[in-house]
Amino acid sequence: MSAERAAPDSLRGWPPPVLDPAGPFAAPLHLLTWVLVGVVVLVMLVVLLTLGVALFGPRAWRKALGGERLVWIGGMGFPVVVLSALLVYGLTLTARLSDAPRPGEMLIRVTGEMWWWRVAYLDAAGRETLQDANEIHIPTGQPVALELESSDVIHSLWIPRLGGKLDMIPGRRNILRLQADRPGEYGGQCAEFCGGPHALMALIVVAHDPAEFAAWRARSLQPAAPQPIVTGGARVFGRAGCGACHTVRGTDATGLAGPDLTHVGARRTLGAGVLPNNPGTLAGWVSNSQAIKPGNRMPAYPVLSGQDLRAVAAYLDSLE
Amino acid sequence: VQWKSDQIVIALLALTLLSACAEKPDPPRALGGADAGHGLILVRTHGCAACHQIPGVDWPRGQVGGPLRGFADRGLIAGRLPNQPDTLVAWLRDPPALSPQTAMPASGLSSAEARDVAAFLYTLDER
Repeated sequence: MSAERAAPDSLRGWPPPVLDPAGPFAAPLHLLTWVLVGVVVLVMLVVLLTLGVALFGPRAWRKALGGERLVWIGGMGFPVVVLSALLVYGLTLTARLSDAPRPGEMLIRVTGEMWWWRVAYLDAAGRETLQDANEIHIPTGQPVALELESSDVIHSLWIPRLGGKLDMIPGRRNILRLQADRPGEYGGQCAEFCGGPHALMALIVVAHDPAEFAAWRARSLQPAAPQPIVTGGARVFGRAGCGACHTVRGTDATGLAGPDLTHVGARRTLGAGVLPNNPGTLAGWVSNSQAIKPGNRMPAYPVLSGQDLRAVAAYLDSLE
Repeated sequence: VQWKSDQIVIALLALTLLSACAEKPDPPRALGGADAGHGLILVRTHGCAACHQIPGVDWPRGQVGGPLRGFADRGLIAGRLPNQPDTLVAWLRDPPALSPQTAMPASGLSSAEARDVAAFLYTLDER
């Protein structure tokens, strides 16, 4: 059984994830945030001070502030200089967050779907080697370039502790770079309203030590290996037609509309980062996901008996 | 005012009767040492609400199993088993062992955890 924790949990707590960077691509944004806050506070103080002088100051000071000169200097010159400087500083600071992938850099394609994430690991030639969903596994200590696409509407990928926030636009390919310095789980969320259950479109980034990542990758490349005890559930899965939308590598199920389920039992969450993943939530999701995530593309299955439901949940749970 | 002893006795008797009226005849559902608060946390972390509507859990509100509002006042568990603490604890750990056709899978809860969840469920009365 997987960890009993839903993704949104990793977005809660104190400090809030936006103020708690965990890698070199989130750190510049954190710094930029505080620089902007500092500049804004400073400008505000200067403006208030000037206003105070203009209202209550000595006559000579008020006279000095009264002319057209202040409008040119304070109203035009000052903002142009400060905002231009901030723009150049911000762009320089964040230049590496989303530029083109470098040769040899690890590439993962993340496709926004209504309302989940299709995740494909690419080889050096840009071919898919492995497909997964709603979880992005990365090695620690190295940059990973995410190729962001969308298959329907505009989504936006945001993993606050690891990098910036970038839109996924149909027909375009945007690059977002992530890096985690330490192993752990980092929550993410769709940050662009994409209809219906947009708020329930979350994900988890799992950062492993490089050796552990290699082991995870080797394990994930294997086809599904259900235990013999769950063959009843595999039959229910086939009979109910789940394979029309879902792939379980190594079986007859080859659908592409929904998430790949080859290793669904190993995932930390269910329903795109919103539920803990265990036989109970699996059964509840299969039977009536519409009550959990209204509007999602998977229909409810009120045709399955209690025993069948339990069997199919046991089968899915065993796909680790 | 000077109270006489028989007046005090009558007043106390009346109070006793009143309190007897206010209290319903609770069946013996005490779970010694169980922590209902921890039970609610377990209910959340295990995602019980994927199937059940549960007071205290805002989302999700599953519609696969029965809603658990008023569970403390319910006569039967899953419409089959007497709603008694020991039975409930056993049910929460391994429902198919008690009712083979149920859709509710074994939860993986330890005995102590199941007692906490049971204690939480017994806080769900209609009042």
